[in-house]
Amino acid sequence: MRRLIFIIMAIAVCWFAEECARAAELQVPANAVAGQPLTITVSGGGTLYLIGPGQVIKREVKSGSVEIKGEELRGAGRWIATAGGQSQVFWVKPGKPENLSFLARPSRVPVARPNVMSGVAFVFDKYNNLVIDPTPVNFNLSVGGTGSARTVTSHEGVAWTNSSSAAKAGAANFVASAGGAEVKRVVQQVAADPCRLTMRVAGRTADRIIVETEPVRDCSGNPVPDGTIVTFIQTDKTGKSTVDSRIKKGIAHAELPASDNATITVAAGVVLGNELHVGGR
Amino acid sequence: MGRLLAVIFAGLTVFLIVVGTVHGSSTAPASTPDGAVQSMFANAKSHDWQGAYSYVANAGSVNLDSFIRDLTGRNGSLRTYSQLDSADTRVLHEAENEATVRTQLKYATAVGAWYDVKDLKVVKDEGTWKVQWPAEKEVNVPPQVIPVTYLRWDIVWRGAGDDWGAQNVENPNCRILSMNAVERDGGITIMGEVENEDTVPAFITVGAVLTDQSGKDVAEESSFDKISHVLLPKEITPYRIDFPGLKKSDVKSVRMTHNWMLVPASADPVIGVLHQQIQKDLTGRTVLTGELLNESGQTVNIPHVLATFYDNSGKVIWVADAYSDHALLPQTPQPFSVALRDDLAANVHSYRVTVNHYSLNRSE
Repeated sequence: MRRLIFIIMAIAVCWFAEECARAAELQVPANAVAGQPLTITVSGGGTLYLIGPGQVIKREVKSGSVEIKGEELRGAGRWIATAGGQSQVFWVKPGKPENLSFLARPSRVPVARPNVMSGVAFVFDKYNNLVIDPTPVNFNLSVGGTGSARTVTSHEGVAWTNSSSAAKAGAANFVASAGGAEVKRVVQQVAADPCRLTMRVAGRTADRIIVETEPVRDCSGNPVPDGTIVTFIQTDKTGKSTVDSRIKKGIAHAELPASDNATITVAAGVVLGNELHVGGR
Repeated sequence: MGRLLAVIFAGLTVFLIVVGTVHGSSTAPASTPDGAVQSMFANAKSHDWQGAYSYVANAGSVNLDSFIRDLTGRNGSLRTYSQLDSADTRVLHEAENEATVRTQLKYATAVGAWYDVKDLKVVKDEGTWKVQWPAEKEVNVPPQVIPVTYLRWDIVWRGAGDDWGAQNVENPNCRILSMNAVERDGGITIMGEVENEDTVPAFITVGAVLTDQSGKDVAEESSFDKISHVLLPKEITPYRIDFPGLKKSDVKSVRMTHNWMLVPASADPVIGVLHQQIQKDLTGRTVLTGELLNESGQTVNIPHVLATFYDNSGKVIWVADAYSDHALLPQTPQPFSVALRDDLAANVHSYRVTVNHYSLNRSE
């Protein structure tokens, strides 16, 4: 009986020793990087499984090292290697910055407004893993050949900036770049409200007075976009006449009824322009 | 028994078909002035144009075709989408051989009831009364070329294949400039103005939610046609939202709701509103009248006039609208009239008129 117990204990110890020995057979790297080759050492044959974020790699192995190609190791994060009943956890870091997602808001801003534009860049590696190591991101805003640049270091994979709109209207190129990646967005900088709205009598016919504005510009000198409504109001003894004209090619134009004594005013939105008296005594 | 019932039902069916098909047309000579007017419009209502035309006294100067067009409309106008509903008559003056009959016509249209008041001259001709039909002068725009610098906005939205960070085109910035809540005619009316402050066209909707003393929503409405839904850059529109059957005392607060959307739009046509005046109409009501002038080269089929009335502090005190039942031909003035509440007329210090337009050959 004593001998039987001794034999059983010996088997159990050997079994435990074998398991301990096998655990040492699976060796994973301490600093794996997504997109870079990876070597795993496996003693003894079997099937090696690498289970990572959204990805599983399977290899039939004999004893020795197994190399995983860089393009196979795409997902950064927590991986599990398992072979011959053993498993090891290892971490894969994102690769170097190669992609950017860039959110520029808004797509349309009035000129000369402080801190009105925002740009947020998310830094990713080749396989779209968020690069959480601090990475310098360059933001460049230019319109009509002039512009400004700023470098911001990303925090947890995100870098952001605010910017004022330029005094000049036009399509501004808002560019974010990091590593080899560059993304361009277009922010339309549009004229602000009209400034110094002035009109004149441009002509007369038998039954009409033709009035038109000078080129309508904002206070920075930018032409107000075509299509903007300009209201002409004529008041005389027959009542009030109004025309909601649209700016076309920079000026607004209206035909009002002929009158021998009328006052004409002009407005765009809540901005008032000059006043004219036509006819009169 | 079964066969008898079948015969009875077949006979009844034939009888009902005959009754439904045959219109009650009457062209009997009219013995009274208002009888002539009533008979003429009764025939017109049942589309018996020949019967209606038989009551026209000045048939020599008004042909049947133009008479029909006077009643059914021209150029795709609102009148062409309407049906005469009723004609109420009142004799204003009657002599031996002539009379004046005030006729209020009510049309059912696609945008609700539409009223027209005519003072018709009726004459006695060989013992019967007939109507001197006031033929509308048909306007013929002379052949010409009207140069128009055509301006419209088209939009390219972000596509399904774009990077998720690619920005879409932003909706326009609009602003509610004012809001005034009043209690009138046993209901609450909320009105004010909205401006498109952006440089792109906007499609806007404005609504309001009323909450009671306990904070519970009691009513929600939006402005349907007391607003111009498409606003070009820097354009201002009035809005009016009616809550019938509610009292101000039942309401603790008003929460305005709105939606501004970027839409493709055209900057044309330009419609001038000329000779605007507040005056009394034939029935003694206070109305804002004037003329619409289509300064573009394309026919506007259904003009819709919106009038905003302000008090001496510049506050919006009423918003009214009216459809015109005549199309706006290019360069041709067309009168319009918008009713103003008589109780508000004395408080009106200024007003502003804008025009919505609906054209058959253009989508926006």
